[in-house]
Amino acid sequence: MAIAIASARPAPGGARTRRPELLPATPLAALFFAAYLVPLAALGVVSLSATDGGIGLQHYRKFLGDGFNWRVLADTLVLSAQVTVVTALAAVPLAIAYRTAGPRLRTALLLAVLLPMLTSTVVRTFAWLVILGREGIVNGMLVGWGLLDEPARLLYTRGALVLALAQIMLPLQALPLMNAMLRVDDQMLQASEALGASRWRTCWRVLLPLAMPGLVAGALLSFTGASTAFVTQTLVGGGRQLFMPQYIHQQAIGLNNYGFAAAVAVVFVVAMLLAVVAASRAPVRLPGRA
Amino acid sequence: MARDAWTRRAADAAFGTGIRAASLVTVLLLLAPTAVVVVASFTGSGTLQFPPPSWSLRWYEALFTSSDQLLAAARTSFVVAALSTLVCTVLGTLAACAIARSRSRWAVALDAVFMSPMVLPAMAFGLALLLVLSLAGVTLGTWTLVVGHSIVCTPFVIRMVSASAQQVDPALLDASEALGASEAFTFARVTLPLVARGVAAGAFVSFLSSFDHVPVSLMLADPRSETLPIHLWTILESNLDVRVASVCGIVVAATILIAFSFERLLRAPARTRGG
Repeated sequence: MAIAIASARPAPGGARTRRPELLPATPLAALFFAAYLVPLAALGVVSLSATDGGIGLQHYRKFLGDGFNWRVLADTLVLSAQVTVVTALAAVPLAIAYRTAGPRLRTALLLAVLLPMLTSTVVRTFAWLVILGREGIVNGMLVGWGLLDEPARLLYTRGALVLALAQIMLPLQALPLMNAMLRVDDQMLQASEALGASRWRTCWRVLLPLAMPGLVAGALLSFTGASTAFVTQTLVGGGRQLFMPQYIHQQAIGLNNYGFAAAVAVVFVVAMLLAVVAASRAPVRLPGRA
Repeated sequence: MARDAWTRRAADAAFGTGIRAASLVTVLLLLAPTAVVVVASFTGSGTLQFPPPSWSLRWYEALFTSSDQLLAAARTSFVVAALSTLVCTVLGTLAACAIARSRSRWAVALDAVFMSPMVLPAMAFGLALLLVLSLAGVTLGTWTLVVGHSIVCTPFVIRMVSASAQQVDPALLDASEALGASEAFTFARVTLPLVARGVAAGAFVSFLSSFDHVPVSLMLADPRSETLPIHLWTILESNLDVRVASVCGIVVAATILIAFSFERLLRAPARTRGG
């Protein structure tokens, strides 16, 4: 009897949950299909178009055959790498301070990272124009103290661009790292110090390796962010430094050269994907950690 | 032995001081530039200087008296940000909750696709969207911007909502459905209240990032629907207009105001282990 009653009812979690669970995701999936995947496919097709109306590798041959294009691509990747190194160097001490801080200081440090992240990139780029410009603060101080006779050209240099981009990408690097540091078990550090390691050694050999996933996640965001930061690249970098986003824009909108612009875009996307895959394969797993 | 202990203590003290000094530099680097702009925006002179030689509100007045284009651009940005936030928050919340509950391989794939605009170069996506829209003969305007921005902002909603949704105990949802509630009712009365914080955070970040987004808007730009960041970018490409500083002042004030009204979202998490 009992068996008959039990089997007459649907088993809990059986037929009911086997219904399409992902049904609520279909509207977004449809939007992404129509406005994201189809356009990206079209980008690939247009990049393969030939001037005679057929299909060919003409645009890619043009891109790969000219050293200028290679330099733009390499320069974009090098710039992003430089920015990533600076953000990592600035974020590590902040994250360690965040870990050891009391609750109120910790909230203050979190705000110091979140508020700039939420502040518009255009505003923060503009700030660097004010600071590094011909009549900016830095030049004003250097000339005022008699260190320089006339204002130096600080804007439109590589150093200025790296500094400005690093400041803008810093929250993206700092947040994941701060989270990772917060989760490191105190007992690990206490064990290291009890075994005689100094705090420097403990930081370098225990804390940083344990927080490495956060550092890698942040570095990835900082790298991709710096490579596509069109506004900062153009305003602080100036006209003499050309990077991939502006190159795509120039070719497409400025010169109506859509086929070549599409090829440049595809090369850029592939290069970034390779960088992301390489970074996510970085040896972040450590022995003794699940 | 005693000397070793002394060197050790000195090194440890140096570590503490070094970390404190370096993190102070980082905090200054984070905050000072924005502070400089806000201070400089109250200048009374016609050029941007720091510190300003005199103080006034004239550049804020100039915004409202002689800057129709700026105001129109700000209005466009606001409308685009509000509409695209609405689209990606509603669709993103539905999708993220479903993905968090599902264990199928499709869920992992969908999550990867929805998150990918975060790392895909936005200029490349902008060009892709422009190509499709012009092949389909669609006229560019506010709506095409909304579509582009919805895609770009979706990862923020997905990330924030799924972080909340993963913490929802599936037993609660099973209980609701076992008691006879429909899936829609369960979603509205059980899931949604539990993930509300993540939804709010996602909407908040997606609004701000749409308001600030340039590459896709630049690709889809038509003269009548110019957004604020593009207008500011165009101004700054030619000269350092002081009005930009007052726009920045307003944007910063609005950001801080919104951020503090979401104060509960910004509170630092407690350490899980003692220390």
